[in-house]
Amino acid sequence: MSQDQICNKEDLVVRFAGDSGDGMQLSGTLFSDASALTGNDIATFPDYPAEIRAPHNTIAGVSGYQVHVGNHIYSSGDKCDILIAMNPASFKSNLKWAKKGATVIVDIDTFTDEAMEKAGYTENPFTDELERAYTIIKAPVTSFTAKIGQEQGADKKTADKCRNMFALGIVFYATHKTLDQTFAYLERKFAKKPDVVKLNKAVLSAGYEYADKLEVMHSHIFEVAHAEMPKGKYRNITGNVATAWGLLAASERSGRQLFLGSYPITPATDVMVELSKHKSLGARVFQAEDEIAGVCSAIGASYAGALACTSTSGPGLSLKSEALGLAVMVELPLVVVDVQRGGPSTGLPTKTEQSDLNQALYGRNGEAPLVVVAASSSANCFYWAYNAAKIALEHMTPVILLTDGYLGNGSQLFRIPKVADLPSITPRLATPNDPNFRPFRRDDEKFARWWALPGMEGLSHRVGGLEKCPDGPLSTDPENHALMTKNRQEKVNRVANYIPDQEVSGNPDADLLVVGWGGTAGALTLAVEEMNNEGKKVAYTHFNYICPLPKNTGDILRKYKKIVVCELNNGQFAGYLRTQFPECPMTQYNKIMGLPFEVCELKEHFTKLLEK
Amino acid sequence: MERHFVPKADREYTKADFASDQMVKWCPGCGDHAILSSLLNTFPKTGHKKENICMVSGIGCSSRIPYYVDTYGFHSIHGRACAIATGVKLANPALSVWVNMGDGDSMAIGGNHLIHAVRRNQDLNITIFNNEIYGLTKGQYSPTTKFGQVTKTSPFGTIDYPFNPGELVMGAQGTFFARALDCVPALTTDIMTRAAQHDGTSVVEVLQNCMIFNDKTHAAITDRAVRDDRTIVLEHGKPMLFGKNKEKGLRFNGRQLEVVTIGENGVTIDDIMIHDETTEDTGIHMMLAHMHGDLPVALGVIRNVKKTSYTQLYENQMDEQKANGKYKCVDDLLNSGDTWEV
Repeated sequence: MSQDQICNKEDLVVRFAGDSGDGMQLSGTLFSDASALTGNDIATFPDYPAEIRAPHNTIAGVSGYQVHVGNHIYSSGDKCDILIAMNPASFKSNLKWAKKGATVIVDIDTFTDEAMEKAGYTENPFTDELERAYTIIKAPVTSFTAKIGQEQGADKKTADKCRNMFALGIVFYATHKTLDQTFAYLERKFAKKPDVVKLNKAVLSAGYEYADKLEVMHSHIFEVAHAEMPKGKYRNITGNVATAWGLLAASERSGRQLFLGSYPITPATDVMVELSKHKSLGARVFQAEDEIAGVCSAIGASYAGALACTSTSGPGLSLKSEALGLAVMVELPLVVVDVQRGGPSTGLPTKTEQSDLNQALYGRNGEAPLVVVAASSSANCFYWAYNAAKIALEHMTPVILLTDGYLGNGSQLFRIPKVADLPSITPRLATPNDPNFRPFRRDDEKFARWWALPGMEGLSHRVGGLEKCPDGPLSTDPENHALMTKNRQEKVNRVANYIPDQEVSGNPDADLLVVGWGGTAGALTLAVEEMNNEGKKVAYTHFNYICPLPKNTGDILRKYKKIVVCELNNGQFAGYLRTQFPECPMTQYNKIMGLPFEVCELKEHFTKLLEK
Repeated sequence: MERHFVPKADREYTKADFASDQMVKWCPGCGDHAILSSLLNTFPKTGHKKENICMVSGIGCSSRIPYYVDTYGFHSIHGRACAIATGVKLANPALSVWVNMGDGDSMAIGGNHLIHAVRRNQDLNITIFNNEIYGLTKGQYSPTTKFGQVTKTSPFGTIDYPFNPGELVMGAQGTFFARALDCVPALTTDIMTRAAQHDGTSVVEVLQNCMIFNDKTHAAITDRAVRDDRTIVLEHGKPMLFGKNKEKGLRFNGRQLEVVTIGENGVTIDDIMIHDETTEDTGIHMMLAHMHGDLPVALGVIRNVKKTSYTQLYENQMDEQKANGKYKCVDDLLNSGDTWEV
């Protein structure tokens, strides 16, 4: 290939789509890893069905994986420049995610009458109009792969499993990358199966060579800009793994053993799966019999002195509600990770949403305040998990960390920190035999109690769900209940004294303030940045501390004529802000489709607001 | 190899060391008073360090017990005591963890946690106060209320078939099950002491009287006049004899257990079954736990089987991983796998 055929781009979006068993998640991961290792910034987003294997060749069974590579990547991107569609159903359901003029690679062998009918096509989808709108590459993926399989003596089933490698080979060619990284991966992954390594490498190479021989490919090669990133050591990480590692780091830094009591639930399961591997780092993971036992075991572990956590998603958080009230009442440190998904009820288990906010803030009986924080990128799940643990341990309170399916399953580059450089964590341990210890005695600054652990001499005491007086015993005294209720609230309020001021980015002098929280930061940042670059003034503030809010929140909100609160729900954060700052008029931009924001829809909406 | 995690006390305790300064607020005459007393007598016998004892309870009259014992205690929420205790013991295996629940707490709202705790065989000491009624909510039928009984929520008699806690425990692969009577505190203390020695989940069912809402529910077997004939105290390695003069015994007739009298119809002591609490097969233990009607109700340790506890297995894995695991600190983990310098 010669240099003049290469199209240089700041960023590029590649979307892999196929049947659930077609290995699209793996192809996507291999492509993003190879891109990261060769100097691109990346963000990924898997988009897969709730069913493990829905009926073959149906729209319901389509699994997708989008990769955004380039310089300064904030999100997994809106629409793709390259689409890989391994069957008619994935072609049909994913073409809407392709930019006009995109390169669309299909496995033409799968476009049989039967498969097309199953996908809902009544006639040939490749109309002249379509061919003009996209660069469609009809690659005989299945037959080529089968031929290589035959040559190597592999059975049809084994060969079929490598089809994704052929497609990946084409993508590597189209993105001007080498196959080295993926070869190395295959050699590592299948070290004990040399036949499998050989076959996969052959198919991958064949895809690459096939692309090289195609005339049309030569004018459709993209070279993506290398990322300008701060110096350091980097790795690729998903939000769920980052969350798990953040908790491990907090455990090591605080000196409290990590305990996770959880029950499998999409899309949060990977937090438990990851921590289960790390007994060597002291992680005590307990797969409980249900969500309630998950959180209750964590509360028990916290009572006994662990950095105790439970991970879940929306329906699981509902089940944990009563126990969270107990954690509030006994004032023990607890981290609850809620990887949000589409709700209510079972809802959209594999799709993302931000609709658990009200549940996190209010979903308990009685006056039950706790701390709520939210991560805003896959990589910063690490820091927010760490921070949630720090707040829980230093303020003796349950903390809910809100992430979401988009952050949890998506991945991003992560600049590896040194654990020693992370902020210190000082658990509020009581002193054995302290004659002044009382279970609910507080300090003047944080207004938090001290943590006396079973096993400590001279501090035996009882905690429980019944109201107590500061000295420890049960109390039904009306004045005492009022006092304890206020004290628990005051303790949570005072966390605001220990968090940084809320910041405004974009153009702070704009008329329009865009407000976001949690997992939408990528798309919002890019939308605001692009608009300011285009000369349209927009200010932007993104919240990670939800309850309590940073102390200057009102000052910021009161400065702007127009405020738009953007979130993937029906307006929960907007409602929360309105109750606290009724003087600030706010509009909303909401999306409840189980999908992340697209930059283009945000820009369109903000532009309209500016014109008003 | 069995390991012991709970540290031994360096002094001898008495019952008084474990009594708390809180006023006991159970109804006068409630069976719970006697069970509390048995428990306070048990702790000194376990030899465990006082500050390493932790009581966990759910909700109900009996679940107030942690307030009346001067140890660490957690009076939690309805049904969840087992789940909370599991976390306590996992976080610190050096604690001696005691779970106290009523019949509704343990087998209705908390049924799931109970069977899973039993199945796992973590080193927990569970006591179920079985008064066959919801007392604290004033008299509704529970999962152990006798079939047909009239209660506030079964004005025409219950049509719920009751659980037998022993059968439930054995069905869940329990390794220790014993039954006691609130009115025989010495037996209760003996049983609880044995339960504490058992490495694994022990379940002790105490038949307890609620004077207010279910008075005399166990009277058919506990009344002094009939107790010797209506109950049998099982002892490991000894023949299953009962009756005022130990003249009656249990015989397995090939199909089921039957009551026989020594000296009648040619029955001798050699015909009487010998109790083996350690046999792994649940068959006979299940039959013993099930006995009612014409057969005497079994008391004492019915089942006590050795099976490596979850606590042992968990700590073994922790130790193995800490010694041989790939990562020694979180920095190792963060820098593992594919990384690159910019």
